[in-house]
Amino acid sequence: MNAIDIFTNLLQGLQMTVELTVLSSAIGALLAFVFGVGKTSHIWPVRVISIAYVEIFRGTSLIVQLFWLYYALPLLGISLNPFVAGTAALALNIGAYGSEVVRGALLAVPKGQSEASLALGFNSMQRLIRIMLPQAVPEMMPTFTNLAIQNLKDSAIVSLISLSDLTYYANNLQNLTFQTVRIYTVTLFMYFVLALALSWALGVLERYLRRWKPLVR
Amino acid sequence: MLFGIHWDASGTAIHFALSILPILLIGLKVTVEATILGFILALLLGLILAMLRSVRFKVVSWPAWFLIEFLRDTPLLVQLFFLFYVLPLYGITLPALLIGILGLGGQYSAYCAEVYRGGIEAIGTGQWEAARALDLDRFTTYKDIILPQAIPRIVPSLGTYLVSMIKDAPLLSAISVLDMVAASTIIGDQTYNYLVPLSMVGILFLLTTLVVSFLVHKLDHKLPKTGIPMK
Repeated sequence: MNAIDIFTNLLQGLQMTVELTVLSSAIGALLAFVFGVGKTSHIWPVRVISIAYVEIFRGTSLIVQLFWLYYALPLLGISLNPFVAGTAALALNIGAYGSEVVRGALLAVPKGQSEASLALGFNSMQRLIRIMLPQAVPEMMPTFTNLAIQNLKDSAIVSLISLSDLTYYANNLQNLTFQTVRIYTVTLFMYFVLALALSWALGVLERYLRRWKPLVR
Repeated sequence: MLFGIHWDASGTAIHFALSILPILLIGLKVTVEATILGFILALLLGLILAMLRSVRFKVVSWPAWFLIEFLRDTPLLVQLFFLFYVLPLYGITLPALLIGILGLGGQYSAYCAEVYRGGIEAIGTGQWEAARALDLDRFTTYKDIILPQAIPRIVPSLGTYLVSMIKDAPLLSAISVLDMVAASTIIGDQTYNYLVPLSMVGILFLLTTLVVSFLVHKLDHKLPKTGIPMK
């Protein structure tokens, strides 16, 4: 098998890797906003839950979280199929890292902004959505891009719970053909190109979110 | 039975948890060993990569740049499989743990290289010019002027990567290293109870990363911050 054959063979796994990365990054971003805002909340139970979530998922290893969701959770009566378990583990993990970014960016918005919105009679929800987030989100984007690439790389571990992603197909092909060097080189380059594509796509998104920025100041 | 230690899954969950604790601690030792050795390797390799990247000849600096980007943007798991299956083809047969350490060290060397570069670039050009004016040679400039200022700045970032490496170390179980995660799944396979061992592993990880983060934080505070102009 030459490199082209290997590439076309591995394309079968590409879809799973892309789906998982996109889906779990999107859910992760949502979690990041919920718990990142939660960490800055004035209501203490919300704050405690947010802090606990972030510490637990940042403090333990992703592979442990994945195995826990896939192998241990059924013993508590909740069985997840591999795809759901994989997506959930990736999303929960990256969401915890993202929450710190969201919190940091919200705190970095100049204090005058929230004071002004208070003076203008915005309620706290309007203040968050209309004033704070539009200014904070562009600042989050560079770190979010790094996290999305991190998530893409992390998605390789779902092959360990027999989800047929890129890495799974690579291992499969390795067992069948023993063309080890070619297979893993092609696989690594596919991930590399995916990472570049992801970082380009999020760069476009960042420029879109930043479009009004030059107008300020 | 694992590592010659029996477990007892017949009693309560706490009883079971206590009986497997010694086994998991042996696994944790493997994880910690892999992390420490991998981190030392990453620090050294990272230094080499950072130096190669800053060389003026593009023939040297571009491949170094590409290698750093490539190592950073590809999954550690696939890198581990690559080393695990490819090295033996060239007659290099190493124990799985050693391959794991190479893999961890390899990926994190790219992260370290970026940290070094950032740390050195953060030192103002005035420092270089002043050293030049005082007729210090390149080596002395690095040893006495640049590094003492760069090191306190890069310690927090390196510490973050150390903690993150601990959390990546259990990937070594995928290339047959018998670490904490591998031990817990073996116990789970044999007792049909994954909940207790995997939860224990989670707790042990949490404790380990908390302790290491605390130590890094302490080290960061110990380093001199005063007397050095920050920009």
